[in-house]
Amino acid sequence: MLSKRIIACLDVRDGKLAKSVRFVDTKDIGDPVSKAKEYYDDGLDELVFYDITASSEERNIMLDVVSRVAEKVFIPLSVGGGIRTVDDANRLLWAGAEKINVNSAAVKRPELIAECAHSIGTQNTVLSMDILKVEMSPEFPSGYEIVINGGRTPMGIDALEWALKGEDLGAGELVVNSIDADGTREGYEIKLTRMIAEAVSIPVIASGGAGKPEHLYEVLTEGKADAALIASMVHFGEYTVSGLKKWLHDKGLKVRLRY
Amino acid sequence: MVHIVDYDAGNVRSVQRACQHVGIDAQITADPEALLKSDKVIFPGVGSAESAVDTLKTRGLDEALKDFYRSGRPLLGICLGLQIILEYTEEGSRDCLGLMEGACERFDFTDGSIKVPHIGWNEVEMVQSHPLLKDVRSGDEFYFVHSYFANLKESSSIYGVTEYGEKQFASIIASDNLFATQFHLEKSGELGLRLLAEFADWQGGSC
Repeated sequence: MLSKRIIACLDVRDGKLAKSVRFVDTKDIGDPVSKAKEYYDDGLDELVFYDITASSEERNIMLDVVSRVAEKVFIPLSVGGGIRTVDDANRLLWAGAEKINVNSAAVKRPELIAECAHSIGTQNTVLSMDILKVEMSPEFPSGYEIVINGGRTPMGIDALEWALKGEDLGAGELVVNSIDADGTREGYEIKLTRMIAEAVSIPVIASGGAGKPEHLYEVLTEGKADAALIASMVHFGEYTVSGLKKWLHDKGLKVRLRY
Repeated sequence: MVHIVDYDAGNVRSVQRACQHVGIDAQITADPEALLKSDKVIFPGVGSAESAVDTLKTRGLDEALKDFYRSGRPLLGICLGLQIILEYTEEGSRDCLGLMEGACERFDFTDGSIKVPHIGWNEVEMVQSHPLLKDVRSGDEFYFVHSYFANLKESSSIYGVTEYGEKQFASIIASDNLFATQFHLEKSGELGLRLLAEFADWQGGSC
């Protein structure tokens, strides 16, 4: 039986972990490679790096980070942030990434999804969606809208419609990131996650709002997600990957425990 | 020399890195001559079998792989590498290498809630013992990414099976000098690496 996946997300700026990520063990501050290795050793199922580097000139630093992580961490490695072309995707893959997350650039130019799927494979093409709750209307029948720029720019696209279009264009997985829930630590957007997970036939990764183990359980059962993305829960040392997995296992969820 | 077959099917570098990590000095090659001179060959792959099979043929790697296999030297297939060693794949209706009798079929579930591709960590039940599997226990989990699965003619070649939805499929197959996994052992953590390390010492044979 397939296990539910626990995926940790690390935000990287100029090759260092972003300030939002703080650590208990001070010697680890700023180094994404040692943090990735630590989670890997603790039984993480998959890793996502989100490059939040502001200028495109600095993006080569990310390639170096990815390649150093790939030498030590032997689980799927996904990279997102600033990917605009198939060339960007291929460079990251060659550096050692397994999957590529496209987001804003795909909203502006949906063909990017098809181009990536064709070049690097559907299973390596992940569509990451930032979603905001809106009034249900003929324009937004699902009651959710696609936004970009970290939630600041509404795009006038219905979230469910976009998810289905992304699948159609060749995305192999979807990340459903709720901007409303993000950073609240009050739980994932269950209704949104479930709506999309039931509508598409590709795996859905829930993102935004994780604060307690119960939240993971909720989104992986009621929310019908195939995987749960976590960040601050483990970055701040409050929980560990292995502790969370043990907790989920004890609640009867199928997770990978032996590694 | 260990060679990793490069036929534009994705993850050769990931496989090479995993090899490096367990002390295997493996070179990536797209040259049929180099392949034939190898002591061992790793045949990895992700993505579409259709374009993969076409690229193998264009580069003359299909015949080289068949000759290499017939020479009795150890061959390791990973994911697409497991699928292409069979006779045929439904994906793009392509004839494959035919090193083993069987064909690849697409997952087709009556229950629409079961996602395809099959992505994630899943259990492997061991059905026969094998020298490469001495550290692997039934129920150990490995990382899978695929939409097609191997349907073998002879169940005697099946060493591990995995369940997905209502389907049970062969996730590890082997013959005398061939060992192949549907899962990505290069992305399956320490358990996958251990399997790869065993391949370094393997000279063929299933006991």
